[in-house]
This record gives sequence, C-alpha cells and structure tokens, in this order.
Amino acid sequence: MTDKFISIEAIARRYPGADGKETTVFENLWLSMNRGEFGCVIGHSGCGKTTVLNILAGLDQPSEGAVIVDGQAIEGTSLDRAVIFQSHALLPWRTVLGNVAYAVTSKWRNWDRAKVKAHAQTFIDLVGLTGSEHKRPSELSGGMKQRVGIARALSITPKIMLMDEPFSALDALTRGTLQDEVRRICLETGQTAFMITHDVDEAIYLADKIFLMTNGPGAVLAEIVENPLPKDRGRIDLHRHPLYYALRNHIVDFLVSRSKTFTATVTDHDPRNVPIVRPGKPELVVAAEAGNSIQASWPGLARPSTSS
Amino acid sequence: MNFSLRFRAAVVSIVLFAAFLGIWHLATRGTGAVANMTPEYAKLMGLTATAGKSAMPGPLDVGAKLWEHLKQPFYDNGPNDKGLGIQLGYSIARVGLGYFLAVIVAIPLGFLIGMSPLISKALDPFIQVLKPISPLAWMPLALYTIKDSSISAIFVIFICSVWPMLLNTAFGVAAVRKEWINVARTLEVGTIRRAFTVILPAAAPTILTGMRISIGIAWLVIVAAEMLVGGTGIGYFVWNEWNNLSITNVIIAILMIGIVGMLLDQILARFTRMVTFPE
Repeated sequence: MTDKFISIEAIARRYPGADGKETTVFENLWLSMNRGEFGCVIGHSGCGKTTVLNILAGLDQPSEGAVIVDGQAIEGTSLDRAVIFQSHALLPWRTVLGNVAYAVTSKWRNWDRAKVKAHAQTFIDLVGLTGSEHKRPSELSGGMKQRVGIARALSITPKIMLMDEPFSALDALTRGTLQDEVRRICLETGQTAFMITHDVDEAIYLADKIFLMTNGPGAVLAEIVENPLPKDRGRIDLHRHPLYYALRNHIVDFLVSRSKTFTATVTDHDPRNVPIVRPGKPELVVAAEAGNSIQASWPGLARPSTSS
Repeated sequence: MNFSLRFRAAVVSIVLFAAFLGIWHLATRGTGAVANMTPEYAKLMGLTATAGKSAMPGPLDVGAKLWEHLKQPFYDNGPNDKGLGIQLGYSIARVGLGYFLAVIVAIPLGFLIGMSPLISKALDPFIQVLKPISPLAWMPLALYTIKDSSISAIFVIFICSVWPMLLNTAFGVAAVRKEWINVARTLEVGTIRRAFTVILPAAAPTILTGMRISIGIAWLVIVAAEMLVGGTGIGYFVWNEWNNLSITNVIIAILMIGIVGMLLDQILARFTRMVTFPE
C-alpha cells in the first residue's frame, strides 16, 4: 500500500439531519490509485460521489479519516489538484486567455505578463481553442467553455486532475470529441485523473479503474472494476472489442440492481479490501455471488469474474 | 410605415409634451378684462385682477424666464440672488461629497458583511433600526454636534445614501456563485486577491445598482436638506423663490432638479453597464 499515489483512508462524511440525528452519506471509505492512472467513479445520485471528489479537491472536509496524496495528508485545496467543474465555472468577465492566465498567475505569482501569456497560450492551443483567446465565455459554446475549463486545469500542471461530471451538460457529439481530447492529453502527459460520471461508456473509454458505489445514504465502494480493454482503445471501435459487452453489462447490472441490494446482500464486505473485478477474463473463476439470477436473464454473455 | 420603435416613441413623446404645454397655456392664459378699474388701480392690482390671468405662470412665462437663467447661469448678486448654475453647483457638490463618503464606508463594510456571516448577523439589528430612519430626522442631531449647517447637509446625504449601497454590496458579495469561489479556492488564491479578482467583479453589477439607487435618494434628499439649512443650493433656491412668490422660478427649479437627477442616474447607469458581464 506504500506506493499508492492517492490514498483515501477511512473517510466518512456526515451531515446534521433535521431531527438532530446525523445523516451518514458514506463512512469507512477506502480508495487508492496509482500515479498515471485514470479512475472513474460511477454510482447513482446521492451516493456521495461529488462529496468524495470535493474532499479530494480540499473543497470539503471529511468527518473522519484522511486523504493522502503523494505521501502527504491533504489540508484544504492545493494547486497540485486541479478541478474541472461540471458547470465549467469560468469567470464570465474574463476572456478565454484571461481565465487560463488567472490560474497561471495563481500558481506562478512572480512570472511576468509575457511568460504567463505564453504559458496560457500553450494550453489553449492544446485544447484546440487557438483563435478564440480573446472571446468571453458568453460567446463560446458549451463544449468550448468546457475546453477552457480543461485548459485552465491543465495549465497549472497539477499532480491530479479532478473532474466532476465534466461533460454531462454537453451534447453527445461534443462530449465524444472532448472525451477524445481528455484521453489524448492524459495519455500524452501521464496525468493522474479522477472523474465522476453517470455515463457507463464514458467510464469504459476513459478509465483504467472504475469504482462502483452503492446507493446512499450509507453508500459503500462496492467493487473496483479493472478495465480489461487495451490502452490504445479508440472510441469508434470500442464496442467491437470482445470484452466490451461483458464489461458494460457488468457495470449496468450493478447500476440497475446490485447498487440497491449490495449492502443488504453482501454482509462480509470489507471496505479496506474492496474486491477487484476484471470482467470477461475467462481464466478466472466466476465467484458465487448475488447476481447469478441476473445472468440467467442474459444468456450467452460472459459473466464477470471476481477476485479479491 | 416602417419607422423604428424609437422614432415612433419619440413622436408620441413630442405630441404628449405639446399637448401638455397647450393645456397648460390654455389653463393659465388671461380671460380678458373682468372688472372695470381705474388705470392706476389696475396697475396696482396687476394682470391677475385686470385680465383674469391665473396666478400660475404659463409656459411662455416659464420659457422666457428659463432663457434668462440659461443665458446667465453663474451670476452672483449677493446671498439671495445667485445664478441657477451656482445653486445647482452647490447642491451637486454636497451630494458628491456625502455620496463619496458613503461609498468609502458602505462598500468595504458591505464586503465585510457579505463575506462574514458573523459580522452580518451582529450588525443586522443596527442596520434594521437605522435604515428606516428618515435622513432628515438626523438633521437636528447633526446641527447640534457638527455645528455647521453645510457639513450637516453633507452628513444627511451620507446617511441616506449609505444604506442601499451597504445592503446591495453585502447581498452581491454574499451571492457570488459558489463555483467561482471554488475556482479561487482550488487555485489557492488568498483572501485579498480573491476579494479583488473574483468577488468584486462578480458583485460589481449589484454594487453599482445599489450606488445608482443611492445617488437617486441623495438627490431627492438634498433639496429637502437645503430647504432646512438654507444659504445656498437648489433646495434653498426653491424655498427662497417661494418666499419671493416667484412661482415661475419654482417651476424652473423643479425642472432643473429633474434634469440633474436624470443625468446623475444616467451616469451611474453607464457605469453599471460597464461592469455588467453577459453569462
């Protein structure tokens, strides 16, 4: 466990309820990621995904537990952890260049204007917004705004990029192109990334590890799905890969039924050692687990195998 | 028939104005001789009695007098006879000074209230009690403590323009979108820099709206305040001309108060547009 780049250790988040009782969104949550990995969290609304991300970003504090990044417990926000917000969160009174430059000057306070501008321009070019530097956010389409958000996050060269459903407000076509961009940039730069999504295909395309969370309150991290698809997968022929449907069905099954019943049916769940699942690997044995009934209704498909 | 809306509105405005002037003129013109008098007596009584002319001046009288004032706005023939320009200048200077002091106090304080829930809650009872007090009610207290009528008027302007600015600033600062604050937080932007680079631009439209309300109120109050303190200013001018029974000058003063008020409002409206950002 020492080589973990990000290690979330036994965090809990509770809110005071209306009747004096506390509502526990989740507790004793353990999660870790290696350097350069792309992790995606999938779960239904209210399971505390965003809270996990906010805690990781430092925008929220856990009620218990700690988060360790690169060997250090985090305290508050940091320029090491950049956030791409769902609503892009650009400052509307600044231009594209101004928004990116704001992040750059925040990180390197003693840089002169020309250096800041050149640095910001590099990242604007990287996300394909060359020529729109002097536009204001209101003049940009939703996809372009989110590109600026990505450029802003990348411009501070963070150790981790945190994304909270960054593409959920975009149309399918734009979402696809932006997923390509993010994947390309993450692969090129070896960026560690942590993303929240509702979109199963997005997770399959982007993530190395997919974290499945059960429904809240009292949500737990049920399993970690390791993406069996090759690193050089493309968005266009992703669905032709022999393991694609096994993986996709496993996640969809989880979201449709197991996310509701998981905490009730799996009594020996150890939150410190969450089972790692590699769907579709034929050499591994199928674990006897709740879900066999679901399998029966989907004949002819490879069932996921489980190993801890 | 494809005139622009603006053009058609202008036509309607002019027609309405002409109708107003016409009715005014008809209502105040002389109705002819009403009583037989000896010429000496008639001269003594004036047109009101001899020609049935209304004591209210007509538009032509006002127009002629206005022209006289406009030709010589800055003459000074002693304390009770100064040009309109000078009187307006005094009023504008007082409003400007009181308003400027209010800006200096209200905007930083509003920032503090908006950013700190503690300060907000602690100051709330004071603001709630002080805000509804008519600014003129402060006048005796101001005169007693400051012992200078001119500075007292400035204080009254200060106290009346401080509230809308204070409340709007506090509201605008408190209502800055959480996501923009979060952007600043994730970029480790310090409190001071965050206040100037995120909160100020984000709250500026609301703050400017408060400033615009304030300048309107300040201009309303200065007339009443100058009627009380006397000496100089457009408010004093109105009261002085009322004592002179010069309704013509009173009407001219009313017109000038309206025009200056409109100009002040337009200036602030322009500033508001400058800081407003489209989303």
